[in-house]
Amino acid sequence: MIGKRRMWVVVAAIAAPMLVVSACSSRNAVNKPHNQSGGGKGGYGYKIAVVTHGGAGDSFWSIVKNGAVQAGKDMGDTVTYQSDGDPTQQAKLIDAAANAKPDGLVVSMANPEALKSSIENAEKAGIPVITINSGEAQSKPYGALSHIGSDETIAGQAVGTELKKEGVKNVLCVIQEAGNVGLEQRCAGVKDTLGGTVSNIQVDNNNLPAAQTIIKTKLQSDKSIDGVVTLGAQVAQVAEGAISQSGSSAKLATFDLNADVAKGVEDGKIAFAVDQQPYLQGYLAVVMLTLYNSNLNVLGGGQPVLTGPNLITKANAAQVLKLAAGGTR
Amino acid sequence: MTAATATVDERVAHVGILRRILLKPEFGALIGAIVIFVFFASQSDVFRSWTGAANWLDVSATLGLMAVPVALLMIGGHFDLSAGVQVGTAGLATGIMTTYWGLQLYASWAVSLALMLTIGFINGFLVTRTGLPSFIITLGMFLGLQGLNLGVTKQVTNTVQVGNLDLVPGYHALNNILGSTVTIGGADFPVAIIWWVGFTIVASWLLLKTRFGNWIFATGGEPNASKNVGVRTDRTTIALFMMTSFMAWFVGSTQIVRFATIQAQSGIGQELYYIVAAVIGGCLLTGGYGSAIGASLGALIFGMTEVGIVNLNWNSDWFKLFVGVMLLLAVLANQFVRRFAEQSRR
Repeated sequence: MIGKRRMWVVVAAIAAPMLVVSACSSRNAVNKPHNQSGGGKGGYGYKIAVVTHGGAGDSFWSIVKNGAVQAGKDMGDTVTYQSDGDPTQQAKLIDAAANAKPDGLVVSMANPEALKSSIENAEKAGIPVITINSGEAQSKPYGALSHIGSDETIAGQAVGTELKKEGVKNVLCVIQEAGNVGLEQRCAGVKDTLGGTVSNIQVDNNNLPAAQTIIKTKLQSDKSIDGVVTLGAQVAQVAEGAISQSGSSAKLATFDLNADVAKGVEDGKIAFAVDQQPYLQGYLAVVMLTLYNSNLNVLGGGQPVLTGPNLITKANAAQVLKLAAGGTR
Repeated sequence: MTAATATVDERVAHVGILRRILLKPEFGALIGAIVIFVFFASQSDVFRSWTGAANWLDVSATLGLMAVPVALLMIGGHFDLSAGVQVGTAGLATGIMTTYWGLQLYASWAVSLALMLTIGFINGFLVTRTGLPSFIITLGMFLGLQGLNLGVTKQVTNTVQVGNLDLVPGYHALNNILGSTVTIGGADFPVAIIWWVGFTIVASWLLLKTRFGNWIFATGGEPNASKNVGVRTDRTTIALFMMTSFMAWFVGSTQIVRFATIQAQSGIGQELYYIVAAVIGGCLLTGGYGSAIGASLGALIFGMTEVGIVNLNWNSDWFKLFVGVMLLLAVLANQFVRRFAEQSRR
């Protein structure tokens, strides 16, 4: 046993430097802390629950959440956001949210069958439901008001078409989450329109240094690869490094966006990025439910609303970069 | 083989050289590493080239740096399930303090070290004070830090990553220490490989040549008896947890310095691979047995396999299956060899 006094000395010794932080100024900071943007202050006062399958810490879903929360502020609604990547857990979250009798429910359906009964129960209880992001095909059959999202296959095809224009023939498609259907669809979409070879490779989203080496190794092993497509913004950045380190001249294109990707596009290191505008998926869902509650409006009579694909090229990258740093693009 | 007679105390009996080698915990991993190397090197010319070597050593180094203290901790009889997420915590702490709060880079690097040592201390302190399995204590730390990493990052940045570290004064000097590369044979070898080899040597020396090393084996082997003969088991345990956190700080810093950016979910799930490397390297889950070099060899096997599969253009979907089978084979081989060696001792 360590003596009590000695222990406190140890604690004090390691805790002391932390106090330094509180005394420091922020003159040298290169990043600005974000400020909650103001926006209008509507007085609707509805309760809207958002339940998604997005992993905590996923940059894409963090933007969806930011959009939904901001819409809540702008409309004057109370928005709650919860997520679980496991379909059965997500179903339980939907049940719990429905039990609180909200005025609207926003759900992403990565695995529609697992959520079917929970969504239908919520509708039986009179809660309007809007599906976002994934599950477009099942949205209407399950009785949802509308679906807001981007079609993965269409987005993939858009990337394939663009790469074909650039003269790319052999594409490496980097999948960062094993077993995610949407990601496989993106790669398949690229293949549809490229008219060349597309091979898939798995990397680990939580170990990006290794992901970089894997991509580098692949480029060194197969010199005929002249295009790399990444399916997430975080992977795009490491792919950028992998391409330059391997001495490959492969063109890089990516799905999804963050500040680094926007910067890469601006610098010409990334050919282009395809954005499905996650902010819109969160924001519009809350707005549409608010208008449904207050005015019985249904946009497009319930037809799916597409938020993408939106192409980020050198022409608009600089403007998008500013917004991406704030967590809305 | 020399057979000790019953009259000679088995502790001082002469043991043959072959059996002595077989008894080394890292023996199985060494054979495994050679087999894996020969296999991939004979199939792929990229794998056996300098650039190829730089690739698999790079993957091995990131894993191996953490596998070494995790192995020491396992020899001491404990797990640290929070080891992976701590890597993220360390990088995020340095990044946020520097790029958002404007603290000087080296100062925030030091504060981040203090933070990590505190986390290690809390792990060790709770394990020794409560007597609960370290599995549970560090599981709590794992979940807690996961939430803390995400919560703080989102709060400060409104996104899930911290970037732009390369714009901070002093970055390039730190990058030279942690993130630079050394060119050998036309290939760029990350400097992390040197650190990995260095830390492995230090850990081996610590384990085999110092009193502290004896205490680690004693604490993991038989804590009560050790305590009775005067081994400071609690202090040893706390020190081991703090060493793991120290290395998480080092690896996390390497990551953010190398890429100038780090994600809130960095490192999550990697703790199991550290344990896999340590076990392939001969560590027993029950403690009291294992080796630092073995853990590094385990990491090397892992790195060579991960990169080798890509070199051969195999479908990477099957990588985890390969790792799983390899882990089981390694454990079975280790157990077989040890049993054989111990039986023939009598």
